[in-house]
Amino acid sequence: MFSRVLIVAALLVAALSGCTTVPPWERGTLAKPVMSVDPPPQEKTQKLRTYGAKEGGAAATGVGGGGCGCN
Amino acid sequence: MTPHQGRTPGRISACAALALTLVPAYAAWPAASGETAPACSAPLLDGGRPVSLADYRGKVVYVDFWASWCAPCRESFPFMNELQRDLSAKGLEIVAVSVDKTAEEARRFLDRYPAQFTVILDAAAKCPAAFRLEGMPSSYVIDRGGIVRAVHVGFRSGDRDEIRQQLVEMLAAGK
Repeated sequence: MFSRVLIVAALLVAALSGCTTVPPWERGTLAKPVMSVDPPPQEKTQKLRTYGAKEGGAAATGVGGGGCGCN
Repeated sequence: MTPHQGRTPGRISACAALALTLVPAYAAWPAASGETAPACSAPLLDGGRPVSLADYRGKVVYVDFWASWCAPCRESFPFMNELQRDLSAKGLEIVAVSVDKTAEEARRFLDRYPAQFTVILDAAAKCPAAFRLEGMPSSYVIDRGGIVRAVHVGFRSGDRDEIRQQLVEMLAAGK
């Protein structure tokens, strides 16, 4: 019974799965700058700066300082 | 009562089935050296006259698949112009197949990186599918008998010498 439920779940996952293989020659849209995982370095620096200011601390995106507790 | 007894094998196989659904289904193997080059026909980018790879039977053909959005193609175009300049007199034909969706995109690329060789536009992407490309750009060295002799995926600066040597050897061999 349980395994049947799992099999049905597997089929459902397969049907609903958004995973697909995009052939290399159809990656034009994926090659656009807006699709990159990381924004360009300059933009990233700006965003991190804003984010750090909004979070109100120098360690908003990681640990700052040398461990003395003073940033 | 032991609720889990007897269920484990079924559970394992069901989980295996679930895992299998996550494996991407890869298409057939790409065209490899030694195989007959697949049929490929597409109109010229400027002019619309259809060009078929079969028209070049009896000549050494360098087929390059490119797109306007393909970054390494910006480096391969000057290289192919060099090949055209140096080897066309010896019987080399260069055919660059654009896989762009529109002629507009391809032309915009060619304005910046001009091509002195045959450029055809395969907007329907039948040729890359027939060649089963593994990456962009991809190029194929096809001998006089229509057999693929070398496949290059991607374009790195180190590929220049290798490609040129293959072509020079093939042109000299008269095969």
